[in-house]
Amino acid sequence: MSAEAGLQAWLASRIASWQQLAPQLDRLERKRDHTAAEALNAIEMYRSLGRDLSIARRILPASRATRTLEARYAKLHAIIYRKPQNWRERVRTLFRDEIPDVVHELRTPIQWVSLLFALSTAAGWWLVSTYPELIGLLASEDMINGVEGGRLWTEGMLNVVPSSVVSTEILANNVMVSLFAFVVGIFFGLGTFYVIATNGLMLGAFFAFTHQHGMAGELLKFVTAHGVVELSVICLAGAAGTMLGESLIRPTHATRRESFQHATAKTSRLLLLCALLLIGCGFIEGYLSPDPDFPLLNRVIVGFGYAVVMVGALTGRLFGRKSASLPEIAK
Amino acid sequence: MTSPSVTLQSVTGVDVELRIAGPGSRSYAFVIDWHIRLILALAWFFGVLMLFGGLSRLLDDAPDPGPYFFFLVKLAPLAIYFLYHPILEIAMHGRTPGKRMAGIRIVSRSGDIPGVGALLVRNIFRLVDSLPFVYLVGLASTIFTQHNVRIGDIAAGTLLVHDAAESEKSFEGLRAATNGGGLNPQSADLAQELLDRWGELDDGNRTRIARSLIARIDPSASSESLALRSAEELRAHLVDLLTRGKAA
Repeated sequence: MSAEAGLQAWLASRIASWQQLAPQLDRLERKRDHTAAEALNAIEMYRSLGRDLSIARRILPASRATRTLEARYAKLHAIIYRKPQNWRERVRTLFRDEIPDVVHELRTPIQWVSLLFALSTAAGWWLVSTYPELIGLLASEDMINGVEGGRLWTEGMLNVVPSSVVSTEILANNVMVSLFAFVVGIFFGLGTFYVIATNGLMLGAFFAFTHQHGMAGELLKFVTAHGVVELSVICLAGAAGTMLGESLIRPTHATRRESFQHATAKTSRLLLLCALLLIGCGFIEGYLSPDPDFPLLNRVIVGFGYAVVMVGALTGRLFGRKSASLPEIAK
Repeated sequence: MTSPSVTLQSVTGVDVELRIAGPGSRSYAFVIDWHIRLILALAWFFGVLMLFGGLSRLLDDAPDPGPYFFFLVKLAPLAIYFLYHPILEIAMHGRTPGKRMAGIRIVSRSGDIPGVGALLVRNIFRLVDSLPFVYLVGLASTIFTQHNVRIGDIAAGTLLVHDAAESEKSFEGLRAATNGGGLNPQSADLAQELLDRWGELDDGNRTRIARSLIARIDPSASSESLALRSAEELRAHLVDLLTRGKAA
C-alpha cells in the first residue's frame, strides 16, 4: 500500500468517529455523575483523540480539520480534568476549616483595621463636636433638619417602608460597602484604608451630631441589635482588602501577580461568610431595630447573641471545628 | 505579531495552544452581553409594571402597592442586570451568550474550566474594573497587560481564550480525499472551506480564490477556461471536485 493510500485509509477509518465527537462531548459536559465505564470510555477517547491529533498535525498542518480536532481535544481535556463536585463536603470544609484559617491569618490586619475604624470614629466625633457645621458635609439636609427638630431619621421608618424592603435595601448597601472595602485593597491597601476611615468618620460624626441634640442615646439604642456584627463585618472585609494590598507590596510568590492572585483566592472566602452575616444584620435592622416597642434589653440580647454567633462562625466552632485544629496550635 | 497564547498541557504529550482573546473580542462579547442583560431587565421591569397598573404607578402619587412591588418591579430587574454575568458564567462553564457569539470563553491559567470561586472573584472585581465609568480601568488593563486581562481576571487567575466553534463540515471536506476523487486531504479541506465561506466573501474575492484553487488542484482545468467562468460555474466546479469520488 502506498503512503497516499495508507493516509486515505486512515482518514476514512477516522472521519466517522470524529463526526461523532461533538454530540459525545456535549453529553459528557452536561452530565455530572458519570459511571466508571463512562469515565474510562472518556479517557480512552482522550488517548485516541490525542493520537489522531498528533497525526493530523503532521499530515494536515494548519487545516480546519486539525483545528477542529484541537478544539475537541481541548474540550475533552477540560471535561476530564474538571474538579469533582461534592457541594456538601466542599461547603463544610469551607466554613469549618478554610474560613477560620483565613481569619486566623488575618488576626493582625483585623486588629489594625479595627483600630483605624475606632480612631476615625473618634476623629469624626471630635470634628463635629468642635466644628458643628461640618455635619453638612456628611449628612443630608433632611437628616439634619429632622435631628434639629428633635426627630431621629430612624423614627417612623417602618411607617413609610415595609420591613422586608428596608432589610433588602440595607443588605444590598452593606454588601456593596464590604465588597468595595475588599476590592479597593488592590490600590496597595490605600483604598481600603480610605473606605474604613470614611465609614468610621461618618459614624463618629453622626453620634456627635445627635449627642449635640440630646439624641445619641436613641441612636445607640437603634444600632445596638445589629451594629456590632455589621461594623465588625466591614472591618473584616477591610482586613481582607489590606491583605490584597500587602500581597502587592510584599509579594509572597515569584511575581506580584501570583502573590495577588493567591491572596485574593484565600481572602475572598471570608467574604462569603461576611455576606451571610450581613443577611442577618439586614433582617435585624429591617425588622427589629426600627421598632420603637422593642425594648433595650432585648436589643442587647440580640446584639450580643448575634456577635457570639459571628465569633463562632469566624472560629469555625459553629460548624464543628475543634480548637486543637487551629493551625498555630497544631504547630 | 503572533497573538499571545496559553498552552494546555496534556499527559498524552499532545499539547494544545489556546489563543488568548484581545481587547476587541472581549469588548465585542461585553457589548453583546450588556445589550442582552439590559433588554432582559427592561423587559421584566416594564412587563411586571404593566401587571401593577403601568407607568402611572411610578409617576403618580398612587398608594404604596406593598413589598411585592419593590421585589418584583425594582429588585428583580436589578438582579437580572447585575447577576447576569456570575450566574451565566457558572452555569455555562465560563461562557455567556455574548462570549459564545464572540467565540471566546473563560479558562484558568492552565487552560482548564475555572472553578465557581474564581468566576465569582472575577465578577466581584468588576467594581474596580468599571471605574471610573464605562469600564475604563478594565479596558486599559486588557490593552496593556501581557495576556490582555482585566483586573478581575488577574485576581481570579483566569484568561479569555478563543473558542471558535470549528465546523463539522471540515470533516466532510476530508471525505472527498478518501473516496477516490483524486484530491489530496489539504486540497479537499481548502475546497470545502471555500464553499462554506462562499456566501461571506464578496464576488471578486471568491472568484479569484476559486480560480486559483481550481487551477492548483484540478490539472484538467486550463487557466484560460477558468478565466471565462462565472462565480456560480466556479462554485459548481468545486462541488463537482468534492463529489466526484462519491459519484464514482
